[in-house]
Amino acid sequence: MNNLVDVAIQYGPTLFDGLKVSLSLTLLSLAFGLPLGLVFAFGVTAHNRTFRYLSVFFVEVGRGAPALVLLQLMYYGLPNADITLSSMASACLALTWTTAAYSAELIRGGIQSVPPGEVEGSHALGMSYRDCLRFVVIPQGLRIALPSLMGFAVLLFQATSLAYSVAVPELMSQAYSIGSSTFQYLPVFIIAGLLYAAISIPATWLSVYAERMLSRHL
Amino acid sequence: MEMLRAIAIGLPLTVLVTVLALMIGTVLALPIVAGLRSRNRILWLVSRLLVDLLRGVPPVVWLFILYYGVSIGAIRLTALQAGVLGLGVVAAAYLAEIFRGAISSIPKGQWEASSALGFHRATVWSRIIGPQTARAVVPAYTTFAIGLLKDSSIASSIGVAEIVFMSSQYARQSGEGIMVFFVAAGVYIILSVPLGLLSRHLDVKMRKAVAR
Repeated sequence: MNNLVDVAIQYGPTLFDGLKVSLSLTLLSLAFGLPLGLVFAFGVTAHNRTFRYLSVFFVEVGRGAPALVLLQLMYYGLPNADITLSSMASACLALTWTTAAYSAELIRGGIQSVPPGEVEGSHALGMSYRDCLRFVVIPQGLRIALPSLMGFAVLLFQATSLAYSVAVPELMSQAYSIGSSTFQYLPVFIIAGLLYAAISIPATWLSVYAERMLSRHL
Repeated sequence: MEMLRAIAIGLPLTVLVTVLALMIGTVLALPIVAGLRSRNRILWLVSRLLVDLLRGVPPVVWLFILYYGVSIGAIRLTALQAGVLGLGVVAAAYLAEIFRGAISSIPKGQWEASSALGFHRATVWSRIIGPQTARAVVPAYTTFAIGLLKDSSIASSIGVAEIVFMSSQYARQSGEGIMVFFVAAGVYIILSVPLGLLSRHLDVKMRKAVAR
């Protein structure tokens, strides 16, 4: 226990820097992945064949393959095609892919649960298809999808811990390098785990709360 | 060819880790569900904290704690043991929540009717609540199993030579990094298809078994 406190005091700042990298990786992947997910959500049912096949490919591979495979593909694979990205950029690309694929399905689910009467109503009011999507369908669909998207964001935050395998200096890789230089593996990993838990547990509560608030009037 | 061989060598370990972790998770989930449903506040709180903690910390961290951190005397866990145990314990927390949700989806009337008919508690569980729970649990359980199949790749981080470990090694040696990871991704997708089909089959079969 004493040991735990010592390690926390001595290496806390380094671990905290790692946590900041983990958080920014999460936010970047969400910032790029969610808009892409919205595009794919429509893409998988689009009439244009090329667009549909591309969307299905990205969604199915992004959901079907482990995040670790995508990370390593971007970091160890792309250099073979003469595309060399920094570890942060390749991790961001891989997790953006994962985010886009999962959120596409969640958003599609949300959009499909918008009652058809809403679309008919906006049609009857003479709204263009585009306006109907923009002002009627998408806002309601996203609202329905919000709690599950928040749940996914928590899982994504946890998945950033895999980015240590492509040398991103996030929390896990900081913990590992402290561990291997001091042999204090157990206390360091416990503190790293508590830092992850300190973010993801309250975030989970928040998503449960959001679900309750949004389904209050249903 | 070399590439396919590398992946084929990793395949059995991926399946082994997934199956063992699922078994450990399923067994350990049962006492946790009992705790989550308990009226004893302390028991409930302990199980609640356990589930939140197991789910709140990423699986890699659990694997690292078990692999690098735990030594009982001179005994240390092997990579495979640590991987299976770590993923199994995390799975137990997720499965406990799935089971709890399924049990609470059983209509109250089923409980009331069974106690009105004077059934023994064991009979209520084995003949009335149990079978209905099993039916309700199938879709979520198989979805979780497919997720676990993908999460088994995390065991590569402590050196279990499963698909991702082998592909990564091959990629670094050969310079065919893009292809090998796409093939690995394809293998995971192909492996999850039969699980999905099995889920649908079980769901249909169990739905038929219920008279409405």
